[in-house]
Parts: sequence; C-alpha cells; structure tokens
Amino acid sequence: MEILKTYKLYIGGQFPRTESGRTYPVLAADGSHVANACLASRKDVRNAVQAARKAQASWAGKSAFNRSQIAYRIAEMLEARKVQFIEELQLMGLDKQSAEEEVMMSIDRCVYYAGWADKYQALISSVNPVASSHFNFSSPEAMGVVGIVACQQTALIGLISQILPVIIGGNTVVVIANTNQPLCAITFAEVLATSDIPGGVVNILTGEVGELLPTLAGHMDVNALSLAPISSELSVSAQEAAVDNLKRVRIYTEPLYVKSAQGLSYISDFQEIKTTWHPIEQIAGGAGGY
Amino acid sequence: MLGNLSTPELSSLLALSPSIDQIGTLERIARIQARSIKGAAKLQGLRMALSMIDLTTLEGKDTPAKVRQLCYKAQHLHDQAPDLPTVAAVCVYPTMVGVAKKALGNSGIKVASVSTAFPSGQAPFEVKKLDTLYALDNGADEIDMVISRGRFLAGDYQFVYDEIAAIKALCGTARLKVIFETGELDSLDQVRKISDLAIAAGADFIKTSTGKIQPAATFPVVHTMLCAIKDHYDKTGQMIGMKPAGGISSSKLALQHLLMVKEVLGEAWLTNEWYRFGASSLANDLLMQYQKQLTGKYQSATYFSID
Amino acid sequence: MSENNWNLEPSLESVAQVQIKPQYELFINGKWQAPLAATYFATVNPADEKHLAHIAQANAADVDLAVKAARAAYDNVWSQLSGAARGKYLFRIARLMQEKARELAVLETLDGGKPIRESRDIDIPLACNHFFYYAGWADKLQEAFPGQQMEALGVAGQITPWNFPLLMLAWKVAPALACGNTVVLKPAETTSLTALKFAEICQEAGLPAGVVNIVTGYGDTGAALVAHPNVDKIAFTGSTAVGKQIQKACIGTPKKVTLELGGKSANIILEDAPIDQAVEGIINSIFFNQGHVCCAGSRLFVQESIAEQVIAKLKFRLQSIYVGNPLDKNTDIGAINSKKQLETIEEYLSIGLAEGAEIYQPDCTLPSPGFYCKPTIFTDVAQSARIAQEEIFGPVLTIQTFRTMEEVVQKANNSPYGLAAGVWTANGARIFGLSSQLQAGVVWANTYNKFDPASPFGGYKESGFGREGGRHGLSAYLQFKN
Repeated sequence: MEILKTYKLYIGGQFPRTESGRTYPVLAADGSHVANACLASRKDVRNAVQAARKAQASWAGKSAFNRSQIAYRIAEMLEARKVQFIEELQLMGLDKQSAEEEVMMSIDRCVYYAGWADKYQALISSVNPVASSHFNFSSPEAMGVVGIVACQQTALIGLISQILPVIIGGNTVVVIANTNQPLCAITFAEVLATSDIPGGVVNILTGEVGELLPTLAGHMDVNALSLAPISSELSVSAQEAAVDNLKRVRIYTEPLYVKSAQGLSYISDFQEIKTTWHPIEQIAGGAGGY
Repeated sequence: MLGNLSTPELSSLLALSPSIDQIGTLERIARIQARSIKGAAKLQGLRMALSMIDLTTLEGKDTPAKVRQLCYKAQHLHDQAPDLPTVAAVCVYPTMVGVAKKALGNSGIKVASVSTAFPSGQAPFEVKKLDTLYALDNGADEIDMVISRGRFLAGDYQFVYDEIAAIKALCGTARLKVIFETGELDSLDQVRKISDLAIAAGADFIKTSTGKIQPAATFPVVHTMLCAIKDHYDKTGQMIGMKPAGGISSSKLALQHLLMVKEVLGEAWLTNEWYRFGASSLANDLLMQYQKQLTGKYQSATYFSID
Repeated sequence: MSENNWNLEPSLESVAQVQIKPQYELFINGKWQAPLAATYFATVNPADEKHLAHIAQANAADVDLAVKAARAAYDNVWSQLSGAARGKYLFRIARLMQEKARELAVLETLDGGKPIRESRDIDIPLACNHFFYYAGWADKLQEAFPGQQMEALGVAGQITPWNFPLLMLAWKVAPALACGNTVVLKPAETTSLTALKFAEICQEAGLPAGVVNIVTGYGDTGAALVAHPNVDKIAFTGSTAVGKQIQKACIGTPKKVTLELGGKSANIILEDAPIDQAVEGIINSIFFNQGHVCCAGSRLFVQESIAEQVIAKLKFRLQSIYVGNPLDKNTDIGAINSKKQLETIEEYLSIGLAEGAEIYQPDCTLPSPGFYCKPTIFTDVAQSARIAQEEIFGPVLTIQTFRTMEEVVQKANNSPYGLAAGVWTANGARIFGLSSQLQAGVVWANTYNKFDPASPFGGYKESGFGREGGRHGLSAYLQFKN
C-alpha cells in the first residue's frame, strides 16, 4: 500500500499548510481524484509576501554569478526528477511525447536563464556620453517583490517561463500556480528546496486565482505583477488594485509555453534603471570625458 | 600621552587620519584568514590566546557568588591539562570589583572594571567620574571606559577627547582601556579617527566593543585599529594595547586575530601586556582545541567546566 | 623586541589525489595519440627541479592532423549544433572542472611553481567560472550583437603561456567554443599538465571528438600552428616579441589575430590614497604569482609627499611575505617558473644595480634546490633606466616618485606598453580624471589584479589588441557580415 503525498504550499523555504485549513481536489484528465491541494487564503498571500520581502535584499545582493550557479542547480535537480514531472504531466492529460517535450523545454529554459544572470547587465547598462565633465552610467536594479499569476494552460513550462527571468534579475516572487493543475508547481517547489536557492526567493501558492489575486495585486509591499492570460474581469480589477502603489504590471498575452517565450525582455521587464553621475577631474587642462 | 590638545590642534591631528578602503581591508583580512596554523604553532597560539583573555561577566544579575566562581575558573581553566596559563584578567562591573579582588588574591590576574556608565555612556560626567573612582577605590587594576558615541557622531570631537583625558587623569597607575562601540559607528574611517583621537587623549588600550550589541569585534574594525596603533608606534615609539571584545567565540577566529597582530604590528604585541580578548565562552573552545591537539581526538563541551 | 616568537609551521597540501602519468601523448580528435616522430621532452617541478613527466613534442605533421580533426569537427558536428547545445557542453565542462578543482590546483602548482593558495583560490575558480560564463553566451549571440549577422570563424589556433596555464586556456577555449569554433591549443612547454588534464575532462564531458585538440611542444609547434593555412584564427598570449612575429606571419592570410602581450604597468599612489590598502595593493600588484603577470604593477609611482611613509610600510609588509615551497599553504611567493626565467630576472637585478638604483630585499632563506627569487624593491629609479622600461616578469618592483598628476600621467603613458594601470586615491573625480587619460586597457582604481569572466581584459599599444572576457570577448571569435 503506497504512501500518498500531501501537497502543501511553499513559503519562506518551508512547506506549510494553508492557514485556512482548506483543500480542494485535484483531478486527473480522466476525472479521477489524484490528490488534495491546499486552497490558499489571503493570509497565505500576506505571509508569502513577507517571506519574499525578507529574502529580497540578500538575494539581489548575491553576485550575479552566484545566482547563475543556483539557476543551473535548479536545472540539474529538474533533470534528476524528470521522470516524476513527466508522469504528473501525463496524469493531467498530456501524451507522453508532449510531456517529455515540456519537461525538456523547462530544463532548457532554466539553463537559458542561468546563462543570462551575469550578462543582461552588459546589454541593458550603458556609460552615457553626457556633455559635461561627468562619468555617467545607467545600470539595472531589481524591482523587489514580484507577484506572479502563473500560466493557467500549462502546468510546468509556463510557471518556469515566468519565474526564472524574474528571479535571475534579483527579484523575489509570490506565485499563484495553475489552479486546476497544481501538482507540478509543488513538485517544482521541491526542486527549489534542494537547489541552494535561499528560502523566500520563490513562494508558491495553490488555490483560486479569483480569491488570491486581489490581495496580491493590492498589496502595498509588492512592487510589480506578472500576469499570464486570465479573464479580462480579473485582469482589470487586478490592474486597478495595483495602481495604489504604482506597481509595474506586465501582462502576457502571448503564450508562455512555446520555444520563443524566453529572452532578454522577460528579464528587463522587471528591472529598474538607475543612472549615476560623478565628476571627472580635468587634469592638466585635459577635457574630462570618457 | 598628550591629553591636553586644544580644538585646532585636535582638528589638525584628526585631519591626518587616512581614509580606509573597506574592500581593500577585507582582502587583506582574507589573506590572513587563508593562512594555515598547524602543529606546534597552533599549540603555542592557543596557549597565547588563553593567557590573553579578560574573562568577563557583565550582567545585571551578577552576584558575588557568580563572580567568585568566575575568578576560580580564571585561575583553574582546566586542571586536567597540566601547565596551562591563567587568563590575563577578570572583567566586572564596579560593584563586583571588591569581590573579584579578594577572590583573585595574589594570583597575578588583574581586575578590570568597566565604568563611565557602561555600556551606554549616556550620563553626566560627574556620574562617570564617580563610577570610575569607585572602581579604583575598590582595587581595580584596569578601567574599561566607554566613549560618548552620540557626541562623536555629532562631530563633537573635543568633548570626546576631553572625557577620555579626564578619566585617564583619575587612573593613576591603573591602565585605561577605551571602548569605541564600533557597532554604533558608521565607517572604518570613523573607527580610524576615534582610534587616533583616543590614543592622543591617553588611552593605554583601545577596545572595540561593550559586547552588548552586534556587530562587535569584526575583522575590518580590528584591522583598522591595529593600523592606528602601528602608525602611532612608528611616529612616537610608544606601544598602545588592543582589545577586541565580543564575537570572538572560536579558537579559529582567535588564532586568526593573533596572526593579524603578528603581521600588522609585530611579535612585540603578542603578550597580554599589549593584547587582550574580551570574551567569556572563548576560553572553553580554546581548551577543547588544545586538548584535541594533544590527544588527536575531537572534544565534547561536556568535559569542560562552564562557570 | 621579538621574545614572543611565533612562527607558522609548514602546512603542505597533499599530492595524493594527483596522478601524473609517466608519459603524455597528444590529444587529437578525442583520442590520445603518439607524436609521429615519437619525440618527447621532460618537464620538471621548478620548486625542486624534480622530473614530473615526459610530454609529447608535436611537429608540423602532428599539428596538421590536429587542424584536420578540428576542421572536420567544425564542419560536420560543432557548426551543426545549436548554441544551446554548445552551451550545455560548456556547462558540463565547467561542472567537471569544479569537481576536480583540488586536483587541478595541485597539478598547476607542481607543474608551474605558483603557490597552492593562489592556484586553489584564484586560478582554478576563475578558470571554472570562465567556462560557466561563456556557456551562457553560446545561445545569446544575437542579443550580444543586435542587428548584426555573424558566424563562427572556424578553426582557432591558440597558444597559451606558462604563467596562468589553465586560466589562460579557459580564457581562450571557452569563448571560442561558445561562438561555435573548434580549437587546436598549444600550451607552454614548461606547463602542459593542466591542459592535458583538461583534455581528459573534455572526454569525460562527452565533448565531440575534434572540438578541442591539444598539441604540446615548444615554440616551433606554435609556429607550425600559426603558419597552418587551414586555421582561421590565431589567439596568442605571451611576450611582445613573439606576438610581433605572429602578427607578421599572418600578413597576407585571412587569419584573424588577437594578441595579449607584455606590459610594464604603472601603479600610481596619490597622497590622499587609503594608504594601508594602497600598500597591500602594491604587494598584490607585483608579488602575486611571483610577478609573472603581464599586467603586473611593476612601476610604482608614489606621490613624493608620502613616498617615505609608503616605502617604509612596504618594507615592513614584506616581513610577512613568505617565499617557499609552493605546496605550503602559507607560501606567498613560490618558485620561479624555470631556470631560464630566473636567469633573466637575476640579470635585471644586476642591471638595476649597475644603473645606480638602490635595492631592498627582505631577510629570508630561499629553498634549494629549486628556482627562487626574493621579493625585490628598487628605489631611486629613473624613468630612463632599463629596469623601469623593460618587462622583468618577476617579483621586482621599481619605485619612482612624482609631484603632480599631470607629471605622473605623462610618465605612466611614456612606454610602448599599455596593458594596465593602478590608481589609488580617496577622490572619485580623480579616479575618473586619471583613468580617462591613462593609455591602458585595464585600469584598477583602489584595487589591483582583479579578474572576472564578465570583465574585458586586454591592452593598448604594444601590449596587444583584442579583449578577453565579457561581451567584448566574444568579438574575437566571430566574423560579422553586413
């Protein structure tokens, strides 16, 4: 007789149950009952945002190289558990080949973003040729805590396509997973827990988007939102709630589960730009310039 | 040993304090920490460290019995190991100086007393003076005073300087340690500045912390203070003592600190005449490492007395 | 004043995990194969002059086989792979290097004489990180050069020096492979072992045969590589003299060339510098790796008002610099790489004395046998002295003073070299004012000898051209079409 797994939330590097004590059934593609997932509440959102904020400064303070090593480790762990993910995707209705393709794409996407960690800066920074004797440079900085509504059409690739570029840039995230297909999200949390990523950098909640998003979108300590396609009603009310602290909102209308859903813009979407000036002393009458 | 600089003279002196590069300091420290201390050198280092401890109890709940037990430990670190040195001093509040003095007898271990409204230093000078005189009257061999950090951060260097000089004047033959509470200061530049100021005002020892807040005796802060001592020595030939206090709880850290002294100041400072560790739990870790060196076996804390 | 004598005991790194074969073959087309003329040469440990191994000596015919293998691998395999796939191979190599880090560090120290602390803490980690860094570029070349069409060059011939054998290999191989090229690499004859170990790592990583080939040998092996008509690119790190020969040899051929050559870099200390950190910076600039560093701050310029203080501090600091067995974790200055190099350095010491400079060396005993040199400072050095102009490539520092920034900029730039420069001051505006005027490819402000895979490195003037590291480092291995 096998031991059935309890699927919990992932907050602050731990796996707590929802403080509301509620669950909802996760059904396989054939309608059979697979597991009970936590039905997260707004208090879980609150706790997750707290955890994300606590982790953010030191995550952004790590060297870019360090973050790339961690992302590569995530890929290693994902690869090691390939079989489990493929099985879960098949349970959710994908055929074996599509499931394998999705898992491979997910692994490759992690490697892809691992490679960006210490490179995007070179492409979106600049030394600016101002007309005065000043050294002037613009460089990116993480926005802070980013709320994510994960792709609701796919169970794994969409989630990864939204999380990786955001955290590689030094942000921390609170993710509302795919409501009906939450298993891969929690298994991915297990991958994260064994990947050297500090607790709180990624926080994953399972539950109803309609219940959780308003709290996340209105939370004054969340700096930005990444929204996969959801109903326009939910989207509009989230954007309205986001206005109060001027959250930066990125709405993805294009599919996140395709090969082309990766790139520099997915990172730069969640970066601020800081420009700094410093005088250049003019030595021996030489013009100070760079 | 000046103690009577006017404000313009003090300003000129402080203007000479060099700026400190934090990252460069950290790199220098990393090199020292990469050194490997083994065998006889390690044993010698551990013994040296033991002899440099100011065994400390500074709690609101200190009682005479507690202090007497600590004084016993000071003289009998671990009788099961032969030929161990004793610690350098016991460090207590003024109200416990008498008890400690009696308990230590003629063991040669000094009694150091904190004073000047330790740890905050937020009290009128009269109170600080009484505090110091009380400790001295009860037999304190050393006074560990605190500077007025608020005044220092507000730029009132003359006030800070005069306070140190005044306490020094009360000390007589007792040696004065000046505590900076570096965890409350801003940058290493400030640590350098207060070091130069305190030395000019008459400090016999400069000391990092009260041990009541974090961070305490971090490597960059200690390195900066050692450089101030070295520069003073190069200019005047006078040696000043160093006491890092708080946060040095392992033998590894203690040995690294000693190596830093050797490389920055020189071996003349490797004695408890010029160097002290302000610590309480360090002693047992040193003893454990010492036993490990002798027996080849990793030790358990259960076998070493906790006082 | 030193009754409290406290001296460190030697703490030797174990060599148990390192296996050195008695004889090494060439690594061509994914296999070990004997040199056609069956010639081998001996390599020794400069720390004790003991024999380490016999290394294959590749002649022109061997080089030809290697180039053919690289060409075939390029045409049939490597150029057909996606950037992401190339990246994955590089990630694997980086990981394997990390796993074998200790072994590589010990090997590097045995072969070349550098202190184990440096090979362990600097050389090997940087080499691993270089592969990690470039692995990530392999599938992002279009973003690196937006709006441009580009292609790999083909077969890259690479010649690496003996001062940072594995690290220089990483600087060359990683970007070459990331950009889609295949490689034939000739390591320096006194330090082949880590390159050969790297070949084993390539095998373990499953790198397709022929993508990386290692041909060991002397200068003539390198010349054969440079002359080979089927090599598209030459990358060389070494002396300026040889660099010029290479540039000349490539005239009239379509070969692209990048050169990383010698230097006589100026390290400038202004009177407002954070002085103790500046002194430490001087130590790092000239005694790191026994001074066998192309970008070493071998010309110290100290503002006259603080010169006496700086020199006194420098001399005191030298008392804690230990010259000794490179395998001792406490050694700061290891062995000079070869007898030949030691003779060159000693000749410059005589020249310096003959030129009237004042010499200072700390009191220390040098191990024997082995090739060792005491850290040396020359003061009272004139701008026109040979020791201030010519690259010594050893632990020898010349010290000159200056009065104004204008003066020091002029003196610093007054050299055919232009690799690096150091600027020490607490004043930010002066950092930018000075660095913008110094003719050097790398300027270190309030630091020295810092390297990172993300940071482009290379020289001005006769210190070479082309950059290694960063996004800029990719251009050396691509051709751009319009």
